[in-house]
Formats: sequence, structure tokens, C-alpha cells
Amino acid sequence: MEFLVASSIGLLTTCGTYLLLRGRTFPAVIGLALLSYAVNVFLFAMGRLTINMPPILRDGVTEYTDPLPQALVLTAIVISFGMTALIVVLAIRAYLEIGNDHVDGRPVGEPSEAGDKN
Amino acid sequence: MGDWIVVPIVLPAVMAALIVLAVRHDIILQRVFSITATVALVAVTLSLLIFASGNGPEMYALSDWPAPFGIVLVLDRLSAMMVFLTSLLGLGVVLFASSEWDQRGKHFHALFQFQLMGVNGAFLTGDVFNLFVFFEVLLIASYGLMLHGAGADRLKAGMQYVVINLTGSSLFLIGVGMIYSVTGTLNMADLAIQVTKVASGDAALLRAGALILLLVFCVKAALVPVHFWLPGTYANAPAPVAALFAIMTKVGAYSVLRVYSLAFGDTAGDMAWLAAPYILPAALITLVLGMTGVLAAKRLNSLIAFSVIGSMGTLLIAFGLFTPESISAGLYYLLHSTFSAAALFLIADLVVSRRGQYGDSLNTAPKFHQLGFLAVLFFIGAIGMAGMPPLSGFIGKLQILDAARDSDAMVWIWSIILVTSLMCIVGFGRAGSVLFWKSASVDGEITVEGAQWPVLPIVAACSMLAALIALTIFAGPISDYLQGVSAQLFDTSQYIEAVLGENAFAQIGQ
Repeated sequence: MEFLVASSIGLLTTCGTYLLLRGRTFPAVIGLALLSYAVNVFLFAMGRLTINMPPILRDGVTEYTDPLPQALVLTAIVISFGMTALIVVLAIRAYLEIGNDHVDGRPVGEPSEAGDKN
Repeated sequence: MGDWIVVPIVLPAVMAALIVLAVRHDIILQRVFSITATVALVAVTLSLLIFASGNGPEMYALSDWPAPFGIVLVLDRLSAMMVFLTSLLGLGVVLFASSEWDQRGKHFHALFQFQLMGVNGAFLTGDVFNLFVFFEVLLIASYGLMLHGAGADRLKAGMQYVVINLTGSSLFLIGVGMIYSVTGTLNMADLAIQVTKVASGDAALLRAGALILLLVFCVKAALVPVHFWLPGTYANAPAPVAALFAIMTKVGAYSVLRVYSLAFGDTAGDMAWLAAPYILPAALITLVLGMTGVLAAKRLNSLIAFSVIGSMGTLLIAFGLFTPESISAGLYYLLHSTFSAAALFLIADLVVSRRGQYGDSLNTAPKFHQLGFLAVLFFIGAIGMAGMPPLSGFIGKLQILDAARDSDAMVWIWSIILVTSLMCIVGFGRAGSVLFWKSASVDGEITVEGAQWPVLPIVAACSMLAALIALTIFAGPISDYLQGVSAQLFDTSQYIEAVLGENAFAQIGQ
């Protein structure tokens, strides 16, 4: 199970990083989403991987799973869900207003405007 | 006094909700609510500051859950000073925005109050995960503020700003996760104890987690090589928002100072002063790069944005030395650079709004209204930012140079700070002479619609400059207080015992 979790986190991070470095907004948004999934699974695993254990400490329970990372993951999921919604709206708005979906605001192949502006 | 610690977070939160729910259709009421709340915030944070200067660190446990299980807020000299600085800056910004800027988009005041809540929370929290949550609160509010009034340039810069910060948040969570997996705690005071007990096999994991966290704080503090989001964001943000963002880079610097002096400070054994070898070289490069940008900038707003990067470099040089003298010098410079950056962004907006179609590009244009008056304001602001006498920037830089005297890197620090100060003077001098002197000799006059003497914006810009002058006049008492701040930072036993109870500090290393 450790191998499965670790390799899936690695795969998600790799794909997320690759997509994040793309020049258009939609791949970047998907990349951020993949990255946040990777982070969520990673956080979850930080409480150690156990199966069929109660998340609370009670009388008679000697082995239990750490509940704190699960609470952290819940917070992280809520925040990343909200942020994904925001960035999707922002990407659409930028596309409508600038006229293309490049993160630098210029179509692929055109020279950078850094020379004459800024 | 204990319960009042939560007020700087709760007050803006309640106000923001009230503004967005009850008075969203009435801009006058929004302004009244927002300004009243910010004035109240100044009063509360001032009394917290007075309390903190006479007492040791004080803890507030949310819902009365005992630390380290519950979430705690901690008021010490450093956090009290930072929340007071935030509320003073916030007051200037909200006054400036209340004349006209807040009508260019929706919900300015609600987002502004949420921003104050996030910044105050980040300064007061005593818990690393809560630091993440408050970072998110202040970032989410800042996304809204950054895009206030929209426009293609602003959307483009805003998109990049959001993406870089979301990536930063992911890294933050990875760092926090690694630290938790090794130490089993996220409470900063408890972390200081647990760090000393980590098994030697896990030390590398803890070190990696702590350094990932450092990277995230450096993104916020705009340190090279992760500074590149700042010029575009600050130069394209609405002027009052850019002024408010002057505190955002300081949140990053504060977090570096807090986490790496408390949990990874003197007591941390092998991991003592973990951040020190990385911060100082990066800060020196940041300073050079920022001031080079000042020389190269073709727009007034990017000129100021690059000078903000440079001032963050100076600030982190002082923090990176991690000595009591350098940290109190750096904190003085932090106060100064916050006000001088805010003042310059506000003054730049007054200039730009009068130049009509010429905007903020640094070229000669016909005269505009109040050219002489604005030239004086810009001159004072530029003196402050460049660190020339008689204003507080000079005192701050002098203290930093003095504190660096015993450092191994003394030659580097002295020569880079002095040379970049000259570059900053040249950059601002060139901008000022083009905008004001050369323009004064051009025939014709630009006329723009709007108030001739808008009272609130001018009062707000002048109050930021007045803060610089006050910092200069009261440099003595302020420096005394700041020496107390750094003494408290280095004596971590006070902080740890305030959070975890007496005798907790004795557990270190056991």
C-alpha cells in the first residue's frame, strides 16, 4: 500500500507540475488541481498509513489512526476547491477581456511585449 | 487583557460580513462602517501594543482548548507591533480609497476588512497550520482586491499572481505535512520542544520540511529567486491595494522571523538557525536586482514596485544575520519601508490620475494640476525610500550597517547596501525630474475631470509621510521598544511558557 500511495502522489505531482508550466490558462488550472490532489493525499499519509483503525482514542483502544491529518486534509480540500472555482472564473474573465487564453496575455508565437512595455 | 487578543481578527471578520450583507447597496454606509471599524482596530491594537510592551507574552486559547491540542493566539511584543502597523496602514488605505477608488468595482470595503482579518490573524497565530489558513484568508481577499476595477492588464497580472500563490500554498501544505509527520505537533511553541527530540534518522525529513516552508515564506517576502510575481502585481494593482500590499511582503518576513527564531533558533541543536545560510545571500541579490529594476523601469508604478523588492532585500539582510542587534535594526527598517512604499504608491496614484492619457509612463508631458505640491510629496517619499537623511530610512540603514559590522559578510553587506542606495537615488531622481521638472517646462496643460483638491486621498498620502517623520522623530523610544522585541525573540522560554505553561521550557532537549 505504501508503494501505491507514494507512486500515485509522485505521478500526480509530476503531471501537475508539467501542466502548471504550460503556457495556457486551462492546463495551468488542471495542473493546480492535480497538485492539490497530490498534496491532499500526501497530508493524509503524514499521519501514517493504517487500515481499519478508529480515529479516536478510547478505553481499550491501543492502536488508532491519527485524526489530525484528516482534519487538516478537510481544511485543505475546502480551500483548494474554492480556489479552483475562483481561478476558473478568473481564467474565463481573462480570456474574454484579453482575447486569448495565454497566461502572458499574448498568443503563442508572438514576440513578448516586455520590450516595449514595463 | 487576554480576551482582547482575538478582537483584531473578529472585528474585521464581523464588519466584512456586515458590509457585504447589510449595506452592499449603499457606498456611503459602507465607507462609514469600514472607516469606523478601522479606527476601532487602531484603538484596540494600540492598547494591545501598550499591554505587550509592559508584560510578557500572553496566550489566548480559542474555545479554551488547552495548547498544544487547541488553536492558540499569542500576543508578544513582535505580534503586537505588527498588528498595530497593519491597522495604521489600513486606516490610511481606507481613507484614500473612500474618495473614489471603492466605486470602481464591487465589495471593496468587505474585501478590505477580510484582508485585515487575514493579516492580523497571520501575525497573532501561534500555530503553523493556522498560519496557513490565515495566509489563505489574506490571499483570497487580496485576489479580489487585486482585480478590483478589472481591466486587461490587471487581469493578466492577477492571473499570474493567483497561480503563483496557489502553488505556494501547495508547497506550504507539503512543508507542514513533513514537519507534522516527524514532530507530531503544529503548535509553534510545542514545535520548539519537539524539534529537539526528533530521532536522528528523521532529522533530514524535518530539515527538508522546514526549508520548504522557508521557500514559501520567501515567495511571500519576494526574495530572489521567487520574487518575479511582485513587479507585475504591484504595478498593476489599484493604488490603495498596492499600498495595502506593502504589509503583505512583511507577512512573509515576519513568518521567517517567527518560525526560524522560535522553533529553529538557539535551542534547536543541530538545526539551530536553519534559515540563516540561505537568507543572507538571497537577500543581497534581491537588493541588487530590485534597485537595478528601479534604474531600468519605464513606468512609475513598476519603479516603485522594484524599490519595494529592494527594500525587502535590505530588510532580509538584517533578518538573515539573526543577531539581536540586526533584528531590531531590521524591524525598524520594516516599519519604515511599509510606510514609505505605501506613501509612494498613493502619491503615484495622485500623479497618474492628473496626467490623464499619459498615465504612469516615465516621459515628459504637459503640466498637470498641483504639480508643485505633488512634486514635494514625491520628493519626501523618494528620500524615505532611498534611505537618505533626514528621514527614517537613513536611520534604519545606518542601524543595519552598524549591526553587520561583526558579520563575516560585512564587506559584501556594506558595499551592496551603499551602492544600491546610490542606484535608488539615481532612479528616483531621474523619475522625479522627468515627471515634474521637465514636464513643468512643456507648453500646455493637462486637464482632467474630478475634484481639484480631493481631501481624503491627499490626507491619506500625507499621513503615510507623517508616519515616516514620526518614525524619525521618535527613533529613540521606538528603537528601545524594538530592542525589547528582539530580546523577547531570543529568549524563547517566555513564549513557550506562556503557551504551554510553566516548566515547559525545561523539556527542551530531554
